[in-house]
Amino acid sequence: MPSMRDIKEKIASTKQMQKITKAMQMVSAAKLNRAQTTAQSFEPYAAKLREMVAGIAASANNQGGRHPMLESRPVKKTAYLVMTADRGLAGAYNGNVLKYASELIQKNHRSKEEYTLIVTGKVGVHYFEKRGYPVAFSQTGVPDELSFDDASDLAKRTVAMFIDKKIDELYLVYNHFVNAISQKLLSTRLLPLTDISGEDSGGEKAIYEYEPDEDEVLEKLLPLYAEGQIYGALADAKAAEHAARVTAMRNASDNASEIIDNLTLSFNRARQAAITQEISEIVGGAAALE
Amino acid sequence: MSTVHTDIVTPAGKVFSGDVHMVIVRATSGEMGILPHHMPIVAPLDIAMVRLKYDDGEKVDFAAVHGGFIQVSPDHITILSEAAEMKEQIDIERAQKARSEAQQALSTLHESSEGYEEAMLKLKRSELRLKTATVDE
Repeated sequence: MPSMRDIKEKIASTKQMQKITKAMQMVSAAKLNRAQTTAQSFEPYAAKLREMVAGIAASANNQGGRHPMLESRPVKKTAYLVMTADRGLAGAYNGNVLKYASELIQKNHRSKEEYTLIVTGKVGVHYFEKRGYPVAFSQTGVPDELSFDDASDLAKRTVAMFIDKKIDELYLVYNHFVNAISQKLLSTRLLPLTDISGEDSGGEKAIYEYEPDEDEVLEKLLPLYAEGQIYGALADAKAAEHAARVTAMRNASDNASEIIDNLTLSFNRARQAAITQEISEIVGGAAALE
Repeated sequence: MSTVHTDIVTPAGKVFSGDVHMVIVRATSGEMGILPHHMPIVAPLDIAMVRLKYDDGEKVDFAAVHGGFIQVSPDHITILSEAAEMKEQIDIERAQKARSEAQQALSTLHESSEGYEEAMLKLKRSELRLKTATVDE
């Protein structure tokens, strides 16, 4: 049986740990709040862009003139943009994405020539490099308070790869933020842009004039749209990361309280045992004197 | 005078939303002044200042818009950009710093070297910010 001093030390150290996990939980909760605001303020921009792209894509279709980003071509190389966190301590957040991505690759590809990876977050970079996956490029240190500038570099490079025909397909693999306690793994195909024209906003549709012409507008609009989508996914993944961390840290804090309760119980038992022993020693001693 | 509802939308949220009488932008094809009931049009924008004239004919708001698009519908105008700021929101110090950084980068780079375009863009943006921030009403 551990001594009273051992138990006391253990209680103290567990309490310290609980303080840390509680603090991390609160920090992540605050960050989650901000991440949600970021994602929300992005919404009108995304909606407007989608509307514009859908409008112009529909009219471009009619005239037969098509932009390379709208066109499916034979797939020789698929790119997966996998979004992970820079740090662990977020429960199964990173593990889930990585496992999902590896399974997806294993299922769809037979050789390394057929795919490439674009990774954000240190955890993912280490994982894929260690296992020898082909990583085209990666970005670590994505700030918690995401701004468009932070994402635009990554997004531009990714879209440029598609335009240069280094890749023929782009999938985004990330944790989608459903609500504060659940995340959903998503793998969505971003490029080529094939399923945007089907949307009907319901309102009266104006026939737009394009200045200087449709092709030129498409030329600028489509990269902007794709980059916007990547930024949106990054913001979404960030929110999911913080939510996962809040949950993980709350569980850790709960576990710590449970351990402290148990330890306190055994501490009290040990103390009581010591007192009882002392009394019986005194009594025994007194009896021996009589 | 009639007005038209105008929004300036960026990924970070709406920068401006209100009813104005005239919107003056610089599209890649040239300067455009848009009044209410303009024909529907979509045009890409230059990195340039956008002027928003109000109904009373006197008050004018300025915004620095870094590229993007303008979409004119019968009942509203939307300016869509990766980055845009109203005159009051511009951080002059930061813009000045960015400008000197860009100038320094440009002085060491040749037109064909990598990063030249990026530095040029940075210079353009910072200059636009400074110009918009100090514009006279």
